[in-house]
Amino acid sequence: MLSDRDRIFTNLYGEHDWTLKGARARGDWDGTADLIAKGREWLVEEVKASGLRGRGGAGFPTGLKWSFMPKQSDGRPAYLVVNADEGEPGTCKDRDMMRWDPHKLVEGCLVACAAMGAGAAYIYVRGEFYNEARHLQHAIDEAYEAGLIGRNACGSGIDCDIFVHRGAGAYICGEETALIESLEGKKGQPRLKPPFPAMAGLYGCPTTVNNVETIAVVPTILRRGASWFSGFGRSNNTGTKVFCISGHVDRPCNVEEAMSIPMRELIEKHAGGVRGGWDNLKAVIPGGSSTPILPKSICDEVLMDFDALRDVQSGLGTAAVIVMDRSTDVVRAIARLARFYAHESCGQCTPCREGTGWMMRVMERMASGRARVEEIDMLLDVSKEIEGHTICAHGDGSAWPIQGLIRHFRHEMEDRILTHRTRAAAA
Amino acid sequence: MPKLTVDGIEVEVAPGSTVLQAIEAAGKEVPRFCYHERLSIAGNCRMCLVEIRPGPPKPAASCAMPAGDNMEVLTASPMTQKARKGVMEFLLINHPLDCPICDQGGECDLQDQALFYGADTSRFEENKRAVPDKDMGPLIKTTMTRCIHCTRCIRFAEEVAGVPTIGAIGRSEHLEITTLEHAVASELSGNVIDLCPVGALTSKPYAFNARPWELRKTEGIDVFDALGANIRIDSRGPEVLRILPRLNEEVNEEWLGDKSRFAHDGLRRQRLDRPYVRRKGRLHSASWGEAFAAIRSRLEGRSGLDIGAIVGDQADAEAMMALKDLMKALGAPNLDCRQDGTAAIPSQRASYLFNSTVQGIEEADVLLLIGSNPRWESPVLNARIRKRWLAGGMQIGMIGERHDLGYRYDHLGEGGQTLRGVAAGRNRFCAALKSASRPMLILGTGPLSRPDGAAVLAATQRIAELNGLIREDWNGFNVLNRAASRVGGLDLGFVPGEGGTDTAGMLSGAVDTLFLLGADEMDLSGLGDAFVIYQGHHGDAGAARADVILPGAAYTEKSGTWVNLEGRVQRSERATFPPGEAREDWAILRALSDVLEKPLAYDSLSALRARLGRTNPVFDTRDDVAPAQWHRTAPTGRIDDTPFASPISNYYMTDPISRASETMAVCTETFLAAEARNG
Repeated sequence: MLSDRDRIFTNLYGEHDWTLKGARARGDWDGTADLIAKGREWLVEEVKASGLRGRGGAGFPTGLKWSFMPKQSDGRPAYLVVNADEGEPGTCKDRDMMRWDPHKLVEGCLVACAAMGAGAAYIYVRGEFYNEARHLQHAIDEAYEAGLIGRNACGSGIDCDIFVHRGAGAYICGEETALIESLEGKKGQPRLKPPFPAMAGLYGCPTTVNNVETIAVVPTILRRGASWFSGFGRSNNTGTKVFCISGHVDRPCNVEEAMSIPMRELIEKHAGGVRGGWDNLKAVIPGGSSTPILPKSICDEVLMDFDALRDVQSGLGTAAVIVMDRSTDVVRAIARLARFYAHESCGQCTPCREGTGWMMRVMERMASGRARVEEIDMLLDVSKEIEGHTICAHGDGSAWPIQGLIRHFRHEMEDRILTHRTRAAAA
Repeated sequence: MPKLTVDGIEVEVAPGSTVLQAIEAAGKEVPRFCYHERLSIAGNCRMCLVEIRPGPPKPAASCAMPAGDNMEVLTASPMTQKARKGVMEFLLINHPLDCPICDQGGECDLQDQALFYGADTSRFEENKRAVPDKDMGPLIKTTMTRCIHCTRCIRFAEEVAGVPTIGAIGRSEHLEITTLEHAVASELSGNVIDLCPVGALTSKPYAFNARPWELRKTEGIDVFDALGANIRIDSRGPEVLRILPRLNEEVNEEWLGDKSRFAHDGLRRQRLDRPYVRRKGRLHSASWGEAFAAIRSRLEGRSGLDIGAIVGDQADAEAMMALKDLMKALGAPNLDCRQDGTAAIPSQRASYLFNSTVQGIEEADVLLLIGSNPRWESPVLNARIRKRWLAGGMQIGMIGERHDLGYRYDHLGEGGQTLRGVAAGRNRFCAALKSASRPMLILGTGPLSRPDGAAVLAATQRIAELNGLIREDWNGFNVLNRAASRVGGLDLGFVPGEGGTDTAGMLSGAVDTLFLLGADEMDLSGLGDAFVIYQGHHGDAGAARADVILPGAAYTEKSGTWVNLEGRVQRSERATFPPGEAREDWAILRALSDVLEKPLAYDSLSALRARLGRTNPVFDTRDDVAPAQWHRTAPTGRIDDTPFASPISNYYMTDPISRASETMAVCTETFLAAEARNG
């Protein structure tokens, strides 16, 4: 188990003062100018060496992403955009970070801006996070007042402005290019890639979009050293990670743990275990609603990291662990997710716009058994016609839960259909 | 120059090309709905997905993917085929199966591509989506259930037309294209009908009229402005049912103005379908013989000096040539092809042409508009200016009435005073003109048709000379003519001969016998008891005043030559026959010349066209523009201070055909009258 002194988020539960005074007492803003003074290259290399991978779901190596930003400006400014539009069902980590440790994010913004030559950071906060945006704004105001950001931030010689922008509650605005569109005041619809944001992002300028957690952990990594961070977890899956455990557990919680912790250990140590004991477990969605569901047999052994979960055809995603015990109707649960993805599709590109609605309707029939057994294969085929054919990953995200269900719970779908048919025949 | 292979075929494409362009260069087809050469890339229909190696294990949208070196594009691989089949299935699940009652049937991209890439049966057992129709005005009919959300209409309105009135609201499967119940207030709105790949946006006036395979398609030239847009005239039997643009990169690209597209219903109304002769103050229908006899008895013994002829804005060069020859035979020097009295120097072609050419607009970097509202005087040309402006780096100045043109300009002043300032080099805009690499000016016909028109023309030519608009390889002096017949008329010399008088003189009593060839846009009240012969196709102002009416052919009813504002000679073919006893115009004049015993020296169109070529060699060219020689000018006369006014008060009604058109009447009500009432 991760020891308390190795935790990055030391106020995740709001037990201490979240304002600047408290943050400083916990070690934030300590020697920030010295870190910046080591230069862009050192900052990027150190993050690369730490093995930090994006915490927003896709797990792209952060240092590598930063290195895509132009080294020499062609006259355009560069921007950091922080994705705080945390909308993935099951995920609630960024929310508590902004609520109880906003200075970690603000300091991270400054350091990341310095590492990428960005002059400003925009934090796009999910619209529903009203109080979180207030805390964050308060922290930013404090930082400006204390000279930590703004002109000559921390006395480092660089200028860095930070702005909070509140979204309006669309899930798709958590997709990085839709977020940029929304930030520009347009309709939140993903852009075509290429060009990637590092070439032409916000207002057509070089931009990097990072998750809240990714940015917030950076100052601590730099202070304690890349090797400290890379000492946790397996290789290529290093560091600590905040897991969000919800569902049928005794104590749902956010908890920071080392990567590659076994799922069972994570649930039992921190969430009080599955309701009714481990054997009462039916399935777990390991990384937020878009990652494929895993049956108990896999959950028994699987490690919580990017590669281990990929190997079992799921993903770490946002590390939002949704636990379902034997009382769960998994078909109904996935039907509900299909409804969510159909509702949140931006409607821009054909497979997602048309396909998510189709899958939703078939899934709803499946949940009540009003379907034919052959339709399960058709549903799988439709999901594969969506997956990989869309502009953004929303199409993939809506297809995966259904593919996971069919992969592991096909028998339950078939039983449901046959039961319904028998009942209908009897009636 | 990236080199790549498409299904094993090696191609080399220009840098910046897309994979889709590379595939086309390799001679392969790519299905697509949202992609359109003239619009920004949306990449949202996903129909053009292809497998590209090396790359991620998923297909890429070829319309948006830049072609790269050593790419291997596979347009027939299982991955590509699966993607196409899937996208087609998704497009069809919520598309109604109402092809039998859909006006797009037979020319529908979705129908065609479904045949090639779709499955034979549907797996979709849910209810189809229904979408409420939207009101997009009197020209665009909507059936939004058919919409496949390609956003071509949105992109056209925003990018080409410059009116961001079409947009999308909602999301997911509830995304809807809408104008929020506003008519699309653009003179180019009809083009979204062509752009719509399905039957969501169709032509309202043409609704349920015909199937494309019933139509005879004739290549024609538009005459509603001087641009000479290339059109396709679709007719069935005696009726023109619709008019569509034809691709010509140098003239209209593939756009067409709403008047040119929709005014053709005016061809069925108010037509002159038999000759008339006025007796005791009333017009009586007559035979051709009676009409010609009435003309003969009027002209007998009359001096040519008392006879005049004015041609209207839509006359073809052949008719003008025949009329000119007839007038010459009668000894009449009073000719004019400018019923609005526009100043021009007929012997100097460069003084009345759009010398930079329409395509040249895209090379220009500074533009000065003088007394012109190009949005109304030639909407398609205006779209070209907007295209250039959108590309960035173009500075535009304007003297005259302010209008919303779809691009930003620097308003320098209202009229003569400002023009004099520019001519004297005292205006701030002179520096911009001087320092430009391709400066151009556009002079409207509004200022040219004022009494001080000649002075305006001279001053403007002076501006061109003094500010470096005239160079060896560039001529930035442009007159934006409005009349389709104008340049042709000037080219063949339909202007006052020696001792002859011009339009203003003829209209104020200088002649007692006046021949009007489709000329209706003049104040005829000063004619006194002059004898008026009107040859034309509509019962408009000229016919109402006429003593003899000779029924002629409208532009769709004859094979004719028109010279556009750049000096481009273009030929239009006959789509239908003139109604009743009406005949082609040159043939009427040829027959009349026999009755008058002054027979014209040609019996066929080809002989007449040879005569045109002898008159001016330019008529021996086709579809081409040659630079006109520039003559130095000296300023003459004084320019009045009054502001330059636009010659058009209503875009939708500028000539006998559009005035007779019901569609144009509804447009006038929708876009102008309603606006005026509501302030």
